[in-house]
Amino acid sequence: MNRQAQSAVLFLIGASMLHASSTDLYLRYVKAGLRPLLIVAGVVLIATALATVWYELRQGRSKGHDHGGEPGHTHREPRISWLLVLPLFALVLVAPPALGSYSAMHAGTALQRPWGYADLPDGDPLPLSAVDYAGRAAYDEGRGLAGRRVEITGFIALDSTGTPYLVRMELSCCAADAQPVKIGLTGQLPPVLEPDNWLKVTGTYTAKRTKDPVNGGLIPFLHVTATQPIPTPKDPYESGWRG
Amino acid sequence: MTTTRTPPRAAEHDADAAGKDPGGWTFNSPLVLTLLLLLVLAVQGTVRRELSSPVMQSWMTVFVAVMLQALPFLVLGVLLSAVIAVFVPPSFFARALPSRPALAVPVAGMAGAVLPGCECASVPVAGALVRRGVTPAAALAFLLSAPAINPIVLTATAVAFPGNPEMVLARFVTSLLVACAMGWLWQRLGRADWLRPPERPSAEGLGKGAAFWSSVRHDVMHAGGFLVVGAMAAATLKAVVPASWLNAAASNPVVAVLALSVLAVLLSICSEADAFVVSSLTQFSLTARLAFLVVGPMIDLKLFAMQAGTFGRGFAVRFAPATFVLAVLGSVLVGAVLL
Repeated sequence: MNRQAQSAVLFLIGASMLHASSTDLYLRYVKAGLRPLLIVAGVVLIATALATVWYELRQGRSKGHDHGGEPGHTHREPRISWLLVLPLFALVLVAPPALGSYSAMHAGTALQRPWGYADLPDGDPLPLSAVDYAGRAAYDEGRGLAGRRVEITGFIALDSTGTPYLVRMELSCCAADAQPVKIGLTGQLPPVLEPDNWLKVTGTYTAKRTKDPVNGGLIPFLHVTATQPIPTPKDPYESGWRG
Repeated sequence: MTTTRTPPRAAEHDADAAGKDPGGWTFNSPLVLTLLLLLVLAVQGTVRRELSSPVMQSWMTVFVAVMLQALPFLVLGVLLSAVIAVFVPPSFFARALPSRPALAVPVAGMAGAVLPGCECASVPVAGALVRRGVTPAAALAFLLSAPAINPIVLTATAVAFPGNPEMVLARFVTSLLVACAMGWLWQRLGRADWLRPPERPSAEGLGKGAAFWSSVRHDVMHAGGFLVVGAMAAATLKAVVPASWLNAAASNPVVAVLALSVLAVLLSICSEADAFVVSSLTQFSLTARLAFLVVGPMIDLKLFAMQAGTFGRGFAVRFAPATFVLAVLGSVLVGAVLL
C-alpha cells in the first residue's frame, strides 16, 4: 500500500469513528465513556491522512523526479495494512447489532452477590436495572421487594427447553467483555416471545429460581403481570454495574 | 536515493505490496483500494444477507467492538511513540535511566505505572524506546509492566474484586516481578539479532513535522493491521467456543491456572476490562484468576501479532512463550503467598 492509499484508509477509518461516535452507533460496541477518546482518535487519524497528503504533495513538487519509478523505496507498508479495510467495511456497511440472545445463552449469567443493598426509592411500578433486581432476588431473598411492582427492561432469550428469560448484557469496557444477567419469566406472558425482542416487563418478586446450565450461576425469576414491547434502547447495555 | 540504505530484509515485505510483479504490471494500491471499495459497495446486499446468522452477527459485533475500543489507545500510544522518536533526544533516556542495564530494568518497569492505558499503547512506545537507544531489556520491562500496573487498571481491579483487596496488591507485585524478570532474562540470554524491527521509513532529511506524521502514519497502519488479526481471533473465541468448557477446567487446581492463562491469551481483552470478566468466573480459585490478570496484559493474540510487527517475528516467537511461562509461574508463587 503506498502513501496515497494509506492516507485514504486512515481518512476513512477516522471518518467512520467520528460517524460512529456522533450517532448512537458506537453504543452497540463500547461503553458511553469511551466517546471522547473515539472522537480524539478519529480526529488524529484524519489529521494524519491530511498531513500525509500534504507532505507527499510538497515532496512531489520539490523532488518528484527523484522518486519516479523507484520500486523499492521505503514508503510501502506490508500487506498486513490491507486488513484495516475489514473493520471499516464491518462498521460502515454492516454495522452489526448489539450482542443479543445468541451471545446471552452462550455464556453463563454474570450475576454475583452484590456488596450491599441500597434502600429502594418510592414509585409504582418501580424501575430497576436487571442486575439490581436479579441481585436482590437471588441473594437477598427479595427483601424490600415484597408487595412492590418492579419494571425491568431487557431483551428476550429462550433456552433449549423454551423457558423465556429477560436478559441484559452488562458491559465494563466493550462488547468483547459483555456478560449477560438473566432473569427467568413466569406469570402472564404474551403467547409468542421472539428472541432478541425488547420488552418492558412489569412484575413482582417470586422465590422461584434456577441454576444456569452454563456456569451454575443463580438465575432468579420474576412473576410477570404486564409486558410492553419497546424499540431497542439507545444504549443496549448496562454499564457501570460494579459501582 | 533511499534504495541503497534498504537492508535485504525489507525486500521480503516490499516485494509483495510494492514495485512490479514479474509480468510487468505495476501494482497500483490507490487503484486497487478504489476498486475494492466499489466492489464491496456493489455487493453489500449479498454480504449483509450472508452475515445475518446469529454467530456471524455476534462475531462481527465483538470484532468491531475490539477494534473501536483498542484504536483510541493505539492512537495514543502511537502519538507518544512519535513524540519520543522525533522530539525527545536519545541523551534524555541516557540520563533518565541508570547506565547499568540490571538497574535500568526495574526503573523502567516502575515507569510503566505512568502510562495510562491498556496494552495496545505500550507496544509502539516500547518500540520507539528501543529505536531511541534505550537498552532493550529495560524497554521490554516497560512493555510488560505498563499495561498491568498503571493506576487505571489497578483501580478497575479493585472495583471488580470488592471482597478481595489483596488481588490489587497481588496483581501489582506479580506483574512488576515478571516484567523485571523478563528484562533480566533478556539481558542475560537475549541476542541482538533476534530483535529485528521491520524496516521503517527513514526520517532522515525530513523536517520534524514530516518525521512526526510519518511515524504516526507508519505505526497506525502497521500495528493497526496486526490489531485486526488479534481482534478477529478474539471475536472467534468469544462467539464460537462454549463457556461450559470452563466449568470442566475449574475443578482441578493445576488445570484451572493453566486454563485461565490460556484463556487470557486467547480472549485478548483490554487490561482495563479483564478484571471485570474474570471476577465473575467464581468457580476458579483466586490464584487462577490472578494468572489471568497477569498473563493477559503481557501476552495475548493481539499483542503477539503487534509485537511480531514491531520487533520482528524472530523476537516474538521466543519472547511470547517465555513471558507466558514466567507469568504463570509468578502468579502461582505470589498467589501462594498473598492469596
